[in-house]
Amino acid sequence: MKDKVIAIDELSNIVKDSMTIMVSGFMGCGSPHKIIEKLVELDVKHLTLICNDTGLPQYGVGHMVANKQFDCIIASHIGLNREAVRQLNSNETKFELIPQGTIAERIRCCGAGLGGVLTPTGIGTVVAEGKDIIEVDGQQYLLEKPLKADVAIIGAGVVDKRGNVCYNGSTRNFGPVMATAADIVIVEAAQIVEIGEIKPENVVTPHIFVDYIIDGGR
Amino acid sequence: MDIKHIIAQRVAKELKDGDVVNLGIGLPTLVPEFLDDGIDIIFQSENGFIGIGGKPAEGEENLDIVNAGGQPATIAVGGAFFDSTMSFAIIRGGHVDATILGALQVDQHGNLANWMIPGKLVPGMGGAMDLVVGAKKVIVAMEHMNKGKFKILKDCTLPLTAQNQVNLIVTEMGVIEVTKDGLVLTEINPEFSVEDVQNATDAPLLVSEHLKNMM
Repeated sequence: MKDKVIAIDELSNIVKDSMTIMVSGFMGCGSPHKIIEKLVELDVKHLTLICNDTGLPQYGVGHMVANKQFDCIIASHIGLNREAVRQLNSNETKFELIPQGTIAERIRCCGAGLGGVLTPTGIGTVVAEGKDIIEVDGQQYLLEKPLKADVAIIGAGVVDKRGNVCYNGSTRNFGPVMATAADIVIVEAAQIVEIGEIKPENVVTPHIFVDYIIDGGR
Repeated sequence: MDIKHIIAQRVAKELKDGDVVNLGIGLPTLVPEFLDDGIDIIFQSENGFIGIGGKPAEGEENLDIVNAGGQPATIAVGGAFFDSTMSFAIIRGGHVDATILGALQVDQHGNLANWMIPGKLVPGMGGAMDLVVGAKKVIVAMEHMNKGKFKILKDCTLPLTAQNQVNLIVTEMGVIEVTKDGLVLTEINPEFSVEDVQNATDAPLLVSEHLKNMM
């Protein structure tokens, strides 16, 4: 089987201009910080971002926001990043703000092969504008469609060389679901271990979802 | 006691031993200070755990454990981490007993507006829309007015977070239940008269025949 562990410089062959990219993390916690730094250096442009939030101005995906690498940002919260708010107010970047649970489910239904998800969240709000409302047993739901990416970059804890992933603390957030919904999945491991060192019952993201592993060296 | 602490103290009385509770940012985070001994609440954090504790001691911060505001946090013994789909299954699926959050506006229909002011403040809704739709009880904890302007309205004018979901409003002036007949003042701060509370409220208030002291 091919070696999934790659040097960080190889990102230039994988992440290209105009791609849609999912980035794990919640206000930067659980984001792949080294990969983000490298993508800032590579200066890939015109990306579409799918992420819970825009991080902080100098933490997490906020670095890429500050470097103006996104044409479109799909997120649930941007309020802790003044630069993102500025880009929204000046119409420099297109934003789609969607509820956090809805982002999670839209990604999940893509990865799970479903055509969409019905959620009560957003009924009677601006979130419902332009969306189909479907009634099930007298209750109204919004039809929310799948979200897919070309590449997902995910912050991980311990990863074995086959690509089995464990997450530390509250870093797990969007990592496991994003790993199911992108053509190419790259994990940044805080620690890389030999195959077999992670007990199978402790694996959170199974190796079949992971294409590349980058040493985050924490 | 200042206004925020008066509100937090009263909100704490709404929580029962064993409840799963999600706290919004700001004023709601003061609520745990006022829980009686023997009331054990399981706090949920939408970024992915139950059993969230307070701030870590200085020097003990772990970048891998943060609260929903991205600040360093701790997890209680017996707590559990999970991913965002599980977190929102808990939230949307009715497994949270109460969510306590602030508001820009709330109205007599139980509508809530707390996520944006068009042209001024567009932070995003985060997990608020899911929490308000999914939690069994939605408690709004806020100051009664905003610098002399009504916050408790006949109809919200700002973009809604959710429709008809608010159950209880707790302010420094009193406690208001949202019912199908409208807003009912059930408790009052003895520093104020019923007339004072009505004058500070745009929506008409019904007054409970069992009106109690909130303090």
